[in-house]
Amino acid sequence: MKTSTPSPAEITPPEVYARRREFLKTSIGAGLVAAGAVSPAPTFAAPRKFGDGASQRDYAGGEAPTPLQHVTGYNNFYEFGTDKADPARLAHRLKTAPWQLSLEGLVKKPVTLGIEEILQLAPLEERIYRLRCVEGWSMVIPWLGFPLDALLKRVEPLGSAKYVEFISAVQPETMPGVKGRVLDWPYVEGLRLDEARHPLTLLALGLYGEVLPKQNGAPLRLVVPWKYGFKSAKSLVAIRFTEHEPRSSWMKAAPREYGFYSNVNPAVDHPRWSQASERRIGEFRKRPTLLFNGYGDEVARLYSGMDLAKHF
Amino acid sequence: MPLAALKALTFLLCLLPLAWYGWGAWHDLLGANPVEAVTRGLGIWTLNFLLITLAVTPLRKLTGWYQALRLRRMLGLFVFFYATLHLTSYLWFDQFFDWGAIARDILKRPFITVGMAAFVLLIPLAATSSHFAIRQLGGRRWQALHRTVYVIAILAVLHYFWLVKADLAAPLLYGGILCGLLGLRVWWREQERREQLAGKYQPKNISRNSNRIIPILPER
Repeated sequence: MKTSTPSPAEITPPEVYARRREFLKTSIGAGLVAAGAVSPAPTFAAPRKFGDGASQRDYAGGEAPTPLQHVTGYNNFYEFGTDKADPARLAHRLKTAPWQLSLEGLVKKPVTLGIEEILQLAPLEERIYRLRCVEGWSMVIPWLGFPLDALLKRVEPLGSAKYVEFISAVQPETMPGVKGRVLDWPYVEGLRLDEARHPLTLLALGLYGEVLPKQNGAPLRLVVPWKYGFKSAKSLVAIRFTEHEPRSSWMKAAPREYGFYSNVNPAVDHPRWSQASERRIGEFRKRPTLLFNGYGDEVARLYSGMDLAKHF
Repeated sequence: MPLAALKALTFLLCLLPLAWYGWGAWHDLLGANPVEAVTRGLGIWTLNFLLITLAVTPLRKLTGWYQALRLRRMLGLFVFFYATLHLTSYLWFDQFFDWGAIARDILKRPFITVGMAAFVLLIPLAATSSHFAIRQLGGRRWQALHRTVYVIAILAVLHYFWLVKADLAAPLLYGGILCGLLGLRVWWREQERREQLAGKYQPKNISRNSNRIIPILPER
């Protein structure tokens, strides 16, 4: 038997495909259910995109999102290696099911949740955010998720909780990078509690309408759009409420270069390179970097009265 | 292999990295951030050619392949060629010829300071690569000048060390190879000194200069 690649004209456009599936689902499905042949189990409606029905909002000023192949093919996920092509090459090994997220520390109701339970907490939203890497490149990414606060509320943080620590997965059998000592594993990040509860802080479970690709931090990650990308910890296994400022992996690796806040700020350089400008992936010229990555109207009040050069 | 053919082959091989980056840029094969890939790649190949050039003398001593020495000037000039392209890509694609920002970078950023210093030190070496320059300077002075290549190599590796974010594996590899290449020279020099002290040292082949670093000039 000969298998061949269909010509472009033979490929059904995705929207037509979806409509056909919808038609089959409702007509044949209804017929079969009526005939008592099958029970109307939810799995029957299989070919539904993860992000279907999510509300959509653009937080990137109408800029076109960075092409999917770049979002998934060029990023840092040091657990899989320090080259920006390593995550796309190696992260397929990551074991994401079953997955448990533990909410612990200074909370009234500590709990461990599976992905299905987390998905029940709030409706999915699509949010298009700018992402600025500390290395001087940036992207525009349509994330799928919901405000992290919807999750944090569930465990009722105690009054003594001032900070939130985010701990990423360590799977030595699937992550070649954690055998080296480039960073202190597990990858740890942290936010002040008010930063973590800010409505822009997202718990992302998908991007581009689909479940989060493994190289982008499946099955769930943090997205803090006004901070350098490394603050948005991937593949979270624990969220811990603390009284004292957590020390992140990058702070441990180079305390002079990476501070706790790591807000995007063109006026505060990395000790070794300028942060005044950035190259949007897909563009040739560089563009000026915006204070708080352009989210100053929403977040600047969190830092009023603070010396941002001192609290870098 | 006749020397002319060897030289022609080396010349073409040395152009391959540039050809790859040209081809890759044209056909969009350099990934999401092609500008960075080109700047980085040209820097890496500058270092590669620098270490290859420094490997010529050890290679000749260890294998007795004397023809290698005849390729050294070309290899050294390719170091300068790739360094110039690397610098140009920084001035152009990174800074877009914003001379104020470039000056601040050179003063403020140690990795750029040492990179620029390495480049500036390369200029006199490239400028004195001709037979004419060697004759004008005289062998001893020429040799003393060209020993700055050791300093250049150290600065270049330092430039790489200070550039990387956290993973020092690649700069360590380059640093290790450089240590080996410089260490061999120190060791040979020390052997020579001991032989001299022991009175065993017989300057060999002085007339043909075959054991010295001074380049061999064609017969006049």
